Amino acid sequence: MISKREFLQATLATTALWGLSGYGNWGRLAAQQALTQDKLLEFDSFGNVTLIHVTDIHAQLKPVYFREPEVNLGVGDAKGRPPHVTGNDFLQMFNIAPGSPDAYALTHEDFVALAGTYGRMGGLDRVATVVKAIRAERPDSILLDGGDTWQGSFTSLKTKGQDMVNVMNALGVEGMTSHWEWTFGTDRVMEIVESLPFPFLGANIFDAEWDEPAFEPYKVFEKGGVRIGVIGQAFPYMPIANPRWLFPEYSFGIREERMQEVVNELRESEGVDLVVCLSHNGFDVDYKMASRVAGIDVILTGHTHDAVPEPVLVGETIMIASGSHGKFVSRIDLDVRDGKMMGFRHKLIPIFSDVITPDADMATLIDKEREPFKAELEEVIGKTESLLYRRGNFNGTWDDLICDAIMEERDAQIALSPGVRWGTSLLPGDDIRREDIHTVTSMTYGKVYRNEMTGETLKTVMEDVADNLFNADPYYQQGGDMVRVGGISYAIDVTKPIGERISDLTVTATGEAIDPSKSYTVAGWASVNEGTEGPKIWDVVESYVRKKGTIKLEPRTTVTVTGI
Amino acid sequence: MELNRRKAIALGAGGAAVVAFAGSALAQAATDAAAPAADAAVNTAAAPQTEAKTVEQWIEEFTGGAEVTEGGITLTAPEIAENGNTVPIEVDAEGASEILVLATGNPTPGVTITKFGEAAGSRKIATRIRLAETQDITAIAKMDDGSFKQATSNVKVTIGGCGG
Repeated sequence: MISKREFLQATLATTALWGLSGYGNWGRLAAQQALTQDKLLEFDSFGNVTLIHVTDIHAQLKPVYFREPEVNLGVGDAKGRPPHVTGNDFLQMFNIAPGSPDAYALTHEDFVALAGTYGRMGGLDRVATVVKAIRAERPDSILLDGGDTWQGSFTSLKTKGQDMVNVMNALGVEGMTSHWEWTFGTDRVMEIVESLPFPFLGANIFDAEWDEPAFEPYKVFEKGGVRIGVIGQAFPYMPIANPRWLFPEYSFGIREERMQEVVNELRESEGVDLVVCLSHNGFDVDYKMASRVAGIDVILTGHTHDAVPEPVLVGETIMIASGSHGKFVSRIDLDVRDGKMMGFRHKLIPIFSDVITPDADMATLIDKEREPFKAELEEVIGKTESLLYRRGNFNGTWDDLICDAIMEERDAQIALSPGVRWGTSLLPGDDIRREDIHTVTSMTYGKVYRNEMTGETLKTVMEDVADNLFNADPYYQQGGDMVRVGGISYAIDVTKPIGERISDLTVTATGEAIDPSKSYTVAGWASVNEGTEGPKIWDVVESYVRKKGTIKLEPRTTVTVTGI
Repeated sequence: MELNRRKAIALGAGGAAVVAFAGSALAQAATDAAAPAADAAVNTAAAPQTEAKTVEQWIEEFTGGAEVTEGGITLTAPEIAENGNTVPIEVDAEGASEILVLATGNPTPGVTITKFGEAAGSRKIATRIRLAETQDITAIAKMDDGSFKQATSNVKVTIGGCGG
């Protein structure tokens, strides 16, 4: 995180410039001058171990706009606790000035205006610069990737993740764990894993038939005389949240006892001084796990895409949440002595793409990976007059656009779209290029089904997904957001138990109540069922955007949330 | 806890007698575990019942109305089932002579009663069971001293999707 002094300077500059010049180029450049690469990287070295964490990059090689959630509700004990704090509450909690670079990077407030001022974030060539700089200062740093790396773009889909593998290898990753990686199927995953120069860690990945560990649970690093055990924890709900038929050989799960066993093994047999868990559990699951498994010093958490500027302490465990889509790199310096973590210093480094100089070698590699697809990627399909974003517990404007496209192109009364947390943003006035559509839809099971569903089934589906998000016990949460809907409105009380959260289901156009016994035409995508038939979602959206030319979406009020 | 093949065989050889109730349990893993040492294990499927016994009836029959306390028994089950048709569970109760497993939300809640012989080195069972819906799994152990211990775990059976 940028220190108080730094952001104060940046804020003063920005605020003054707004008064003078609005959002013109001059103002933008001047605002960014207040931010420098040196300041972003400034870190008072500490201790004897440095961890570098990236996670949930979702195949974003180039800088992106990514609007952080406006709605990210916590239930039960998680209510009001990071990461379930958004907008101005978040700014106050972390003492961040509105309009500052941190405010832009970490919240949705004034997103469009601040995006104009501070520009895109991320880009793996910029990430490479940051990683190299940290390594130059601390040669014994360990770079760890929390997974959700190989999926999320046109090029990663076309190359079955190879573009990302090449780039992450060049970045010098030393260990990773997994989630969407598995959606390329077991054969492809194994093919890549065999080629990786680092371990593909997953203490909780078991052989489904024999119920035995199937992957390396951890790797022990010797750095600067310190023995560091890094445990991988893959996404626990792989076969439930994503299609089981793509990786039928494996079983996942939280496997708390297994985690404790592995921690004990590291401490007792391997004699490590520090235990790090590289996790794709999601923030709330990790929070609970940290309170129940003894002996983990650091959890590098991923999956739920939270960018939290300060470590969260659970007992003697520190949790680090490093955001998503390449927007942030976490640096964690640790003082490890006599087999104990004595102290830590941390910085969530925001990757302002206009401020951090791209690493030349990495920039060349990225362009080389994209070159074969360049014309397809950059073809302009349409234009948007509205901000397009997804992240948040309920429909974002990208989801509204996708649902509209599904209903129109597939002639359906109701559309369902998955509540995935990945997908970047477009600003008003931006072109919609083919690549942008893929960034919010790219997956190996993206067919758009169309079938009949009774009102009762529809409600059951929505209750089920809502419970996967709002169950008061994090171990029963899958970490996706609420299913996105088109054509219908509903109310949701997040505090109620399963079966009682959803009410007032109506057809939005007519205001007519959804009849449990009546059949409706429902179309959607990302079904986990094998053999789903239909056109690809990106083709459906592309066809719709092409016909419309310009997209204009008014904010919708189809979901009424209570119990907050 | 993991149960690998070698341990499973050792468990079978230790003399676990498994009674699987037809129509309500797969008892697949337990059967496999016992198979390599078939002469040491008794594997009996009860006759199909015309009317399923309730959870209360099962407990009453097993305990004879004795007090059942928590602790001293570990039930391991997934929080969310990856596949409701085959959910791996494990019960570990040191000092148990019998273990009853109930799927309290199934149409026929009785899953299995396992009786351990005196030579059984480990009082532990692992099997896979079928769950009709989200429900509590209950395991009750009859201990060598005649007391009863219980553990319960909620397993969610979900239609899934939308993880991101």
